[in-house]
Amino acid sequence: MVVGLEVHCELATATKLFCSCRNAFGDEPNTNVCPVCLGLPGSLPVLNRQAVELAMRVGLALHCSVEPSVFHRKNYFYPDMPKDYQVSQYDRPINVGGFLDLPDGSRVGVTRAHMEEDTGKTTHVGGGGGRIHGADHSLVDYNRAGVPLVEIVSEPDIRSSEQAKAYVNELRAILVAIGASDARMEEGSLRVDANVSMRRAGEAAYGTRAEIKNLNSVRSLGRALEHEARRQVGLLEAGEAVVQETRHWNEDEGRTSSMRSKEEAYDYRYFPEPDLVPLAPAAEWLAGVEAGLPALPAARRLALADAAGVPPTEPAVATVVSQGLDDLVTAAVGAGADGRLALNRAANELAHKPAPEPVAFAKVLVMEAGGRLTATQAKAVLAELVAGGGDPEEIAKAKGFEALGGDVVAEAVDAAIAAHPGEWERYAGGEAKLAGFFVGKVMAATAGKADGKAVTGLLRERSANR
Amino acid sequence: MSAAGVAAAVRAGARAAVDVVEEHLASIAGREDELHAFNLVLADEARAAAEEIDRRVAAGEDPGPLAGVPVALKDNLCTRGIATTCSSRILDGWRPPYDATVVTRLREAGAVLVGKTNMDEFAMGSSTENSAFGPTRNPHDLSRVPGGSSGGSATAVAAGFAAAALGSDTGGSIRQPAALCGVVGVKPTYGLVSRYGLVAFASSLDQVGPITTSVADAAAVLEVIAGHDPADSTSLPRPAPALRAVLGEGVEGLRVGVLREFVDAVDPEVAARVTAAATALESAGAKVDEASVPATTLGLSAYYLIATAEASSNLARYDGVRYGLRVDGDDITSMYGATRAAGFGAEVKRRIMLGTYALSAGYYDAYYGQAQKARTLIIRDFDAAYGSYDLLLAPTTPTTAFELGAKAGDPLTMYLSDVCTIPSNLAGHPAMSLPYGRGGDGLPIGVQLLAPALGEATMFRAAAVLEASLA
Repeated sequence: MVVGLEVHCELATATKLFCSCRNAFGDEPNTNVCPVCLGLPGSLPVLNRQAVELAMRVGLALHCSVEPSVFHRKNYFYPDMPKDYQVSQYDRPINVGGFLDLPDGSRVGVTRAHMEEDTGKTTHVGGGGGRIHGADHSLVDYNRAGVPLVEIVSEPDIRSSEQAKAYVNELRAILVAIGASDARMEEGSLRVDANVSMRRAGEAAYGTRAEIKNLNSVRSLGRALEHEARRQVGLLEAGEAVVQETRHWNEDEGRTSSMRSKEEAYDYRYFPEPDLVPLAPAAEWLAGVEAGLPALPAARRLALADAAGVPPTEPAVATVVSQGLDDLVTAAVGAGADGRLALNRAANELAHKPAPEPVAFAKVLVMEAGGRLTATQAKAVLAELVAGGGDPEEIAKAKGFEALGGDVVAEAVDAAIAAHPGEWERYAGGEAKLAGFFVGKVMAATAGKADGKAVTGLLRERSANR
Repeated sequence: MSAAGVAAAVRAGARAAVDVVEEHLASIAGREDELHAFNLVLADEARAAAEEIDRRVAAGEDPGPLAGVPVALKDNLCTRGIATTCSSRILDGWRPPYDATVVTRLREAGAVLVGKTNMDEFAMGSSTENSAFGPTRNPHDLSRVPGGSSGGSATAVAAGFAAAALGSDTGGSIRQPAALCGVVGVKPTYGLVSRYGLVAFASSLDQVGPITTSVADAAAVLEVIAGHDPADSTSLPRPAPALRAVLGEGVEGLRVGVLREFVDAVDPEVAARVTAAATALESAGAKVDEASVPATTLGLSAYYLIATAEASSNLARYDGVRYGLRVDGDDITSMYGATRAAGFGAEVKRRIMLGTYALSAGYYDAYYGQAQKARTLIIRDFDAAYGSYDLLLAPTTPTTAFELGAKAGDPLTMYLSDVCTIPSNLAGHPAMSLPYGRGGDGLPIGVQLLAPALGEATMFRAAAVLEASLA
């Protein structure tokens, strides 16, 4: 599978790309409009400085070269486009030649990330299944017309649906981190089109590609790619050719269908937009934007992995960074907590929750590592810490989590073995899954205070020494 | 009375603006039926505006440098709440919700807007015959065209319907009708006057400018409308030039080149007036010589590719979806087709098709790309000439005003009417036409002054000298 993605991202500016109308999602239709974004005769565009700045941030975050650029007109007729052309960038885009590093260690090239204006939003009513042909009538909301977009075009470097999903997730994380966009696929502020082709392993030449549109979530993207791959493989194995065309993903039916072929593709008649002057950001401006960029997810993952002493590809690393818990984990490690334990507890227990105070977090982890709390107890203390704060020692005491002495646990283990000789024979004879049975018995006997790991260790020891 | 005269008298309280307006409305009532300069006469609005000017003068306020001056606007300049048609059926019923920047500036300077003038549809034409509302006639001879596309504005000024008018000039649309109607017309440097609210024909060439009866009036109006406008990204970040102040400075020592390529392209009687103008400048102290700008011969071809290409895109928005004419169809595509077929006239359709072709995949390099190269060559050759000359002198049009219908059936012949004016638009340079005698048919002949970018002051000095030489 060979995939390249085109991602349209709405920039989180206060106003639209060429006028001072509000850039906001969900307002009453046709309330954020003016002569410019309605394309009324005589109106002229004036470029939004904040949009340029955010576009530069996107470029820099994707390791692109930010270059002098030119706006072009992309000409085609559609009712949601007030001027019947879209102001976009063509052969001189603002950002060129970057890349995106994914959590699994792979790198996807970014061909370009150019600026353009969004179109309005059309709702086709009656017949036609939500498409313009066959609709009784159509309603257009021009609030979105003229909203600034950056279109990020990847190289055809993606080789699986998982990688495609990881690319979009990583891109979203970056866009949010740099404040360029809220990147919400469900609100359409991030939109993904996929170019897909198939070739045999080891083949160098690309196959004929299809472009898939209407991917409304990362999940849709994965499903659509899998479906399209199967469809193309089916064609190729049957000796048929893949047609270069645009295909529409139908989420309910779980399949793609043809929208238009290459022959039906528009001739956009690009030419330089004469109402705008070429854009050449001053070097000082660019330098200022670069200096103002926050640490990006890839760099944060490396720093976190380094602090925690684990490989950067460890899944918990990506989770912790995406949850913004990397500072907490790093601080906990600094306060004496075990790196891997801190990572795992943060990834599994603290996602989507308010972060606890770092020193207290570290204390819980130290208590757990030192055997004073079992894993179960540590998680309970952590939950309490998140909910109400406080001192972990006090919380543990209040919950009655006194650490059990090793002899108490050993007694309970021996008692359980004695009480269930049949099971013990089977466990000792190699039925490892029966460990859970004995752990359960010990936990019941100790009111859950025993450390599961310690119990398993004792079982193994008793079995070996039998 | 001149615009400057009206303003001075109104500001001094010597004349009432309402009287000035009534005089002009009376002139309109007298001849508008035969001339058809206007698409819309704003009689009530003009009277109300004049009353307000008089009230302010009475209150001791200064209504501005154009106080009480009746001004006509080409009907491609947006006027808030007032129909703006571009002389096209496709804008049927559309009233802009905003004023063009030049309209705002005129109002703020105290001008009184008397009407919207007829034009070739979307400014595409050289005779004002391509109007959906019928042609305008030349006030000097009703059988003749007034030129175009700002023919209504030139006629309005020549007939005394307004003391001044605004036109737009994409390839000569101010200067050519000014020449044929015997008035002064100025195309400023590209970017000197805001295009915000000028309905676009060809964005990289369009420029708004004044049409007046005198050089001084043109200077007064241009000073009001020029200057930076943040709403137009191609507006130059500089204030309006001081023009009236330099009108008396003469041309002593100025180097003037008579543009050979243009003189060679026109009737002998027109060329003779250029020679007479050269002599007048020389006797006023200018150094006059023959100049050559070879690449200007590429102008016409380059223009009809660039202007039509931009127009094909600029006019796409007239699709029946949001405003203006809509002719319903079975689906969106047939609605588009039916609306545009009914809404646009033949010349507009011709140019949209030409421009669409010029931008099409596989043809772009050969047409639009080549035309842009020619444009670069024209600018280069002008730059070379301006190394040796401060100004260039040339004819404005090949002939005096022609008969209605004489060229209407032959677009190429009609296009040649603009051969002397187009290069200035391609270069973005200022140029102006002023009346300089008459032909054997008794009709006005204009001569043209061309200057490098932002050379308006020098251009106006020479224009004032030429104007005085006729008196």
